[in-house]
Formats: sequence, C-alpha cells, structure tokens
Amino acid sequence: MNPDWLRFASPQAFFPLAGKLIPWFSAAAAVLALAGLYVGFFVAPTDHQQGEAYRIIFIHVPAAWMSMFIYLVMAGWAGAGLVFNSRLSHMMASALAPTGAMFAFLSLWTGALWGKPTWGTYWAWDARLTSELILFFLYLGFMALQAAIDDPRRADRAGAVLALVGAVNVPVIYFSVKWWNTLHQGASVSFTKAPTMAAIMFTGMLVMVLAFWMYSIAVSLARVRAIILERERRAGWVHELAAA
Amino acid sequence: MAAAFALIVGRELRLVLRRRGEALNVIVFFVVVASLFPLGVGPEPNQLRAMAAGVAWIAALLAALLSLPRLFAADHADGTLEQLVLAPPPLAVTVLAKIAAHWLTTGLPLTLAAPLIGLQYGLPADALCVLLFSLLLGTPALSMLGAAGAALTLGVRGGGALLGLLLLPLYVPALVFGAGAVGATLAGLPAAAHLSLLGAILAVSSLVGPWAACAALRIALD
Amino acid sequence: MLETRGLACERGGLRLFSDIGFRVAPGGLLRVRGANGSGKTTLLRALTGLTRPVEGTIRWKGEPVDDDYRAQLLFLGHAPAIKDDLTVAENLAFSLRLAGIECSGGQREGALEALGIARLAALPARYLSQGQRKRAALTRLALSARVPLWLLDEPFAALDDDALGRVSRLCASHLAAGGLLVLTSHQDIAIAGAAEQTLALGN
Repeated sequence: MNPDWLRFASPQAFFPLAGKLIPWFSAAAAVLALAGLYVGFFVAPTDHQQGEAYRIIFIHVPAAWMSMFIYLVMAGWAGAGLVFNSRLSHMMASALAPTGAMFAFLSLWTGALWGKPTWGTYWAWDARLTSELILFFLYLGFMALQAAIDDPRRADRAGAVLALVGAVNVPVIYFSVKWWNTLHQGASVSFTKAPTMAAIMFTGMLVMVLAFWMYSIAVSLARVRAIILERERRAGWVHELAAA
Repeated sequence: MAAAFALIVGRELRLVLRRRGEALNVIVFFVVVASLFPLGVGPEPNQLRAMAAGVAWIAALLAALLSLPRLFAADHADGTLEQLVLAPPPLAVTVLAKIAAHWLTTGLPLTLAAPLIGLQYGLPADALCVLLFSLLLGTPALSMLGAAGAALTLGVRGGGALLGLLLLPLYVPALVFGAGAVGATLAGLPAAAHLSLLGAILAVSSLVGPWAACAALRIALD
Repeated sequence: MLETRGLACERGGLRLFSDIGFRVAPGGLLRVRGANGSGKTTLLRALTGLTRPVEGTIRWKGEPVDDDYRAQLLFLGHAPAIKDDLTVAENLAFSLRLAGIECSGGQREGALEALGIARLAALPARYLSQGQRKRAALTRLALSARVPLWLLDEPFAALDDDALGRVSRLCASHLAAGGLLVLTSHQDIAIAGAAEQTLALGN
C-alpha cells in the first residue's frame, strides 16, 4: 500500500540516505558556482551605466530569490510536519532556516556593496531591500522561538505555526512595503532597477541560482543529519553508529 | 456559542476592572513613548506633524506588545487556561472572546487616547480623525496577531523581546497603511485606499491570528 | 465505557509508559498509582485530550474520542484553576456556566456548604489558604452529577480529614449514580461502594 520510499520518513532511514546525497549536491554546487561566477565576472559585458560594480548582481539577486524560496520550502516542511505529525519534516524545516537567513543577510550585504559605488549610499529604503530586511527578521524570529523552547516537540510545532503565519504574511508584507515605497518618492534610488538585461546576464544569474540551490540542499542535508543525531541520541542505532 | 463568548468577555473585563492599574499602565506607556520623540528629534512643528502618524502607530504597536503577555500567561499559571481549552465551547470562540476583551481594554483605550498625541504633534482635525479611524481598524488586527504571538511564547524564556521579534515584522502592513492614511490626508489626498487596505489587513489577521493562537495553545498545553 | 489500548506517552523525549490498556465501566473507579515522575498526570492529561499519546487509542462509549467527548468529562488538575481576583462564588459560577451546567444561586450555595466553605463565598480567592483553594476547586464536583466522566489529579492533596470525608462522599455518590472516576493519588482514601481497579505505573 505504502510506496517504498516512505520508509525514508523515519530519521533513522533518512540519515544514511542524506549522507550519500551530500557529496553529489556539493559537487553540483561547486561546478555551477564556478560556471556562474565565470559568466558573471568574465563573460558578461561591462555595463555602460554602472561599470564593473554591477557584477555583484550575480550574487545579490540569486541570494534574494533563494532567501524567499527557502522560506516557502521551510514553511512547506513545517506544514507537512503539522499535518502528518512527522518529526523529520520538522527537522528539515529547522535545518533550512539558518541557510535561508544567511541568504537574506547576503542579499542585504551585497545590496549595500552594490549601492555604495553606484548610488553613493550603502542603504536605501527601497521596496525590495526593505522587504528583504523584514524577511531576515522573520527568519531570526523562527530560529529564536525554536531556540527559546526547551521541549523539542513543542519547539518543532510552535516554530511550524510561526513559519506558516509568516508564509501567509510575506506577500502581504511585500505588498505593503511596495505601497509604502511608491508613496514616499523622496527615496529615488531603486535597487530594483537592474541594468537592462543582456541575455547573458540573465543566464549568469540563473546559473548562480541553481548553484545556490544545490548548495542549500547540501548544507541542509548536512545540518539535518546533525539534528537527527542530536534528537535521536538515545536511540540504539545512534549508539551503534558512535561505537563503530 | 454567543453565550460562551459573552461569558468569557465578561470574566475578562471583570478581571481587568479588578486590576485597573495594569491596563492603565499600558495607556500611560503609549503617551509617554509618544512624548519621547520630540525630545529626541526636536520640537520643530512641521517635522513633528509629518512624524505624528508614524509615532502614534509605533507607540501603539509597542503598547500592544507590552499588554499581550497577560492575555494567556496568568490563566496558564493558575490552571484556568486548561479549563478553558477543555470546556465545551470551541476553542476558537474562547480565543476570540479573549481577543475581543483584550482589544476593549487595550486597543480601544489607545485609540481614545490618540487625540492627546494629535495635540502634542499639532495634527489638523481631519488628519486626527483619520488617525483615530486607522487605529480603530488597526488595533483589532494587532490583537488578533498578538494573540498568536502570545500563545506561541506562552511560558517561554526570552520574554517581551522574543514576542517583539516575532510580532513586529507581522505588524508592518498595519503600520504602513495606518500611518500612510494619515500621511495622505496631510498631503490633501484621499485616505480611502489606505483605510480599505487596512480593513483587508484586519480581515486576513482575523483568519490567521485566531487559527494560529488555537494551534499554539494546544501545542503549549500538550 | 472508557477504554484504552496500547497507550504510550512521552515527555521530553523520554518514554514514560507503554502499552497501557484498561476498561472502566459505569460506576467504576480507576486509581492510578506510581512513584513521582512515573507519568500519572501525563496519563490523566492524555485521557482528557490535552496531551497527545505517541501510541495507542482511547475509546469513549465504544467510539474513538472526538469533539463531543470534552463536554462529557470533568478534569481537575494539580492547579486549583481559580482566579485570585474573583471571589469564591464568582469562580464557581464561572466554571459551572462555562461547562454548560445550569444551576441556581441556591444550588451553588449548597455546593459550597457541601465542601464546608460557604462562609468564604464572598472572599476573593487570593485570601484563601492552600487547603481552602483546593476545596473551592473541588466544589464543582457537587454540581457535576450529570458529567459522566471525572478525571481527578491528586484530588486529596492538601485536604484535611474533614475535607477528605466530604470529597470521598461526593465521589461515592457520583459512582453510585453510574458515573466514572479516574483519579491519581498517593493516598489510600476509601471511596464507599466502588468497583475499584488499580493501575500501577512505572516499573
């Protein structure tokens, strides 16, 4: 009745599988990153408006996309954990959060590095950056809540509820920040105005997105393995693993 | 269900009346915080008028945060929360009743105290009216989402700061549309769009907040 | 009428008990015994539905428990579940109305009398002693005859001999009327005429 792969829903079965998958995703990430950075820094032409500084877009934009994508995936795992009462789903959500937060922070930081040479300021309150900042806070809130609750099961489920509430609110928050930004036309710099895209630039960004995606999977699998070991530390199979 | 709703709201109001000080503190905090801004940025009237709505709204957010822990914490400590969860009325009704009582003793008084802020910041009458209306629409949304935050952090270390970290990002839309409505009025533009969006925020919060609060209460009592 | 099979609960990752099965019929009393930390309270809370068991089933009147089950049980936990700022009478009135139990002021007075705290009715609960609070919490029992299942966690703790007698009599009349009673206790308080079972947790 149940498909065979469902047995991987148990942390004990998933642990070795994750271990086998990590090298593949890491390799893919490395290859794609090299390719993407090569395109971004060597192949793509110099922008006639912004010079070389614009090249940071090849990290900034993919990082921003990943931070949003990871939040949705995290909320998805959280929802699955609540609906199916599956420990592993909750562990995956917890494993994804730090990576998502890292990408949000990276996006903010590279945004600042882009802003300074291009528009003379490290920070501007444009819609995208402000939304990214709030997304970063949402990640921090999730991690802080889980860290503050001692009981792992309660931490899982409370974090899951929070992640779902956040996921519903992210479009609302983004819309409200966009609205706010168009009202206050004083801030005339817009980080969303990327240089008009040559196809090669778009390709470069896409490759970097894939690279970040592979990286996220590899790192999250590694992190979930650590979480599994910690949570299941009283189980027999963990003791056997430690003894070996 | 209506009877249970009224019963619980009645109890909550009676409890707040017996401890009037706690509720009053929140209102006084609201006014004190709003009074700090001119001390920080200078009393230049035009600057203050432009800041007024934002300051009033942020002070309202912070005052709401301060008042939220007592939504469930006291009941949790003396065991009455379990009785409320186990009682025949659906938990959603109980939670909505508590939220309603919270708004009546926090959001509504804050809204009524807002004219003081208007006075301090030199808001013209029409902008003040819009501010009051925006708070009237927005503070229930703060209570709805706030209940979810309070339930998630029930009995958890980290106190007010954790609650703030969780809730303040979620409060951003209400802040933007609420303060934006007043800003529009000051600029001579219609505020209807902002206020309708604020109404939409209230609608979304009324669905998400109580659901999350019920789920979080069950998780906390497990 | 109340039946469990293969019930298992965990707390903080530790398995407290496994494979607990019992059946309580109308008029039946189940005493749950065990050392501190053996899971007596957790078992009781699992029976109320507050705590989710990791394994096993609970059946009420032959059916798996659902939303209606809540209305047919009365749970009194460790904490007296009394608001300090309300009077004893107000606390009682609220908890009865919340449970959907209709009764007159006179009946509530009678209940307070049955627990020996009628003279405290107008006193805010803040001023009560530990034992008096417990009596106030237990007053609900006197008016909950129509609630079939009583789940009481350490009902006899902090009670003096007089109160013990009163509570024991309330339990006995509940059982005589066909109600069910599951209680945890360290003390061996006799309840007259009960079809008793004992469940010992923690080996």
